[in-house]
Amino acid sequence: MIEGDKAKDVIEVEHLTKRFGDFTAVDDISFEVHRGEIFGFLGANGAGKTTAMRMLTGLSLPTSGRGTVAGFDITTEPEQIKRHIGYMSQRFALYGDLTVKDNMDLFAGIYGVPRREIGSRIDSLLDRLDLMHEKNSRVRDLPQGWKQKLAFSVSIIHRPEIVFLDEPTGGVDPAARRQFWELIYEAVDEGITVFVTTHYMDEAEYCDRISMMVDGRIEALDSPSALKRAYGASSVAEVFDILARGAARTE
Amino acid sequence: MDSIVIDSLRKSFHEDLPPAVDMRSVITIPKGELFGIIGPDGAGKTTLFRMLATLIRPDSGTASVEGLDIVRDYRKIRTMIGYMPGKFSLYSDLSVRENLEFFASVFGKDIEANYSLIENIYCRLRPFEKRKAGRLSGGMKQKLALCCSLIHSPSVLFLDEPTTGVDPSSRRELWENLGELRTSGMTIVVSTAYMDEAGRCDRVAMMKSGRFLAVDSPADIISGFGARLLAVRSDEMFRLLHDLRSLPFVRKCYTFGDMHHVILNDDADLSAQAGYGSDAAAIASILENRGHSGVVVKDVEASLEDCYMNLEEK
Repeated sequence: MIEGDKAKDVIEVEHLTKRFGDFTAVDDISFEVHRGEIFGFLGANGAGKTTAMRMLTGLSLPTSGRGTVAGFDITTEPEQIKRHIGYMSQRFALYGDLTVKDNMDLFAGIYGVPRREIGSRIDSLLDRLDLMHEKNSRVRDLPQGWKQKLAFSVSIIHRPEIVFLDEPTGGVDPAARRQFWELIYEAVDEGITVFVTTHYMDEAEYCDRISMMVDGRIEALDSPSALKRAYGASSVAEVFDILARGAARTE
Repeated sequence: MDSIVIDSLRKSFHEDLPPAVDMRSVITIPKGELFGIIGPDGAGKTTLFRMLATLIRPDSGTASVEGLDIVRDYRKIRTMIGYMPGKFSLYSDLSVRENLEFFASVFGKDIEANYSLIENIYCRLRPFEKRKAGRLSGGMKQKLALCCSLIHSPSVLFLDEPTTGVDPSSRRELWENLGELRTSGMTIVVSTAYMDEAGRCDRVAMMKSGRFLAVDSPADIISGFGARLLAVRSDEMFRLLHDLRSLPFVRKCYTFGDMHHVILNDDADLSAQAGYGSDAAAIASILENRGHSGVVVKDVEASLEDCYMNLEEK
């Protein structure tokens, strides 16, 4: 990829399929994620979201199909993908025994941020998160909401083209969820593409486009407003219900 | 009869930190009530559950469950309650069926005797009976955990965030199950981060800093909202959020699905000042002057989530 001539899509996959024995977890999915958008990846538990995400993040190879993430091939360059994306899950653990600053330092190093830039990046992150006064606090002593913001910031400390957020707000109260989404908006404002899964349907409304996965397939993909129009629904939650009702793979 | 009485219960884990639970009044939960607890992380919800489930002792204060003292009568209480912790706590290496058998045998019950209680939930797990519990997906784990906490037919059920990580359809099913259990007379205490779920409870407690700030029926909480609420949308939602917050007559603005919700200052009277028919029309005009397109402004009724967002501010 030539610098300054970045592709319009950060993810593009065609006919992506993953089988485990005779079970097809991901069944021939094709889609693109546009640069700079918030892409909501929705589906019921067991629909195949996690398996699909593992392929998109270089953790698992597809059985068939092809695709690229951040310009790298998911079949032949999974290690490159891991280096060029950000990833955060609800279970994503910062090191509780390390301080805020040390966690940032560690992950910046792991992600290969140039040594001379690490200090200034950490400072600007601490500043933005309003955590300067807590930089020497151990992470485990921070309130959950701060940990979550910190985990997100650390996941984009190397300024990846795209960050994958796997249920980042599970079990989080309504006020803290909104604060977290404002961080997402800010990251998007700075040009990072966001790929997010959530079970909160109000959060689905914040996405530019969403896909709905049912039984390993992508059954619908469009902006929230277009999906609501297409299904004659007043909310994304209703669209989800309509599509999930047709699922054969019951939970 | 009261199923649960909580009186000035207090629990602290560390001298330097404020107590995790610091209830300063008496709360009673009548038999058969579906009682919801909502609140931010660290509010003390799990600590309260663990005390009521007799897993930890309070530093001071008392509580009773089914007329039994949580410290003195802990053994008896344990046979009468079901407790589903927020963290998955079944045996991952045992199968679905083996987990259920284990929990039934611990209480000296057999599955068949109480099967009717879990039938509607367990029927979805039947096809996977031989699968190891650790290999179930999130929604199915929760269903199994619920079955295991019900198999001894408890009088009181404690559920600590049972729907975290569960998809919307499974959430609805779980709440239908809870509704059925309630009709059998079971007392259910449930914490949740979902306000639509809180809205299905008989009463809801908003918990913060170890205390219940408000305990009331969802309808009464909503009717006590007491502020003017508008919903606003434009084609640039992130910029809109900041623009709305910068307006002097806006007390608070937050995202709310596909609209932003705006709480106006009590004394704001835009329509009179600017000569518009309504506050909504005045705000739409201000936003259009700031270059927003696709502007929609309308009056809306508050929901439980709005009440929660407003409570946080106080």
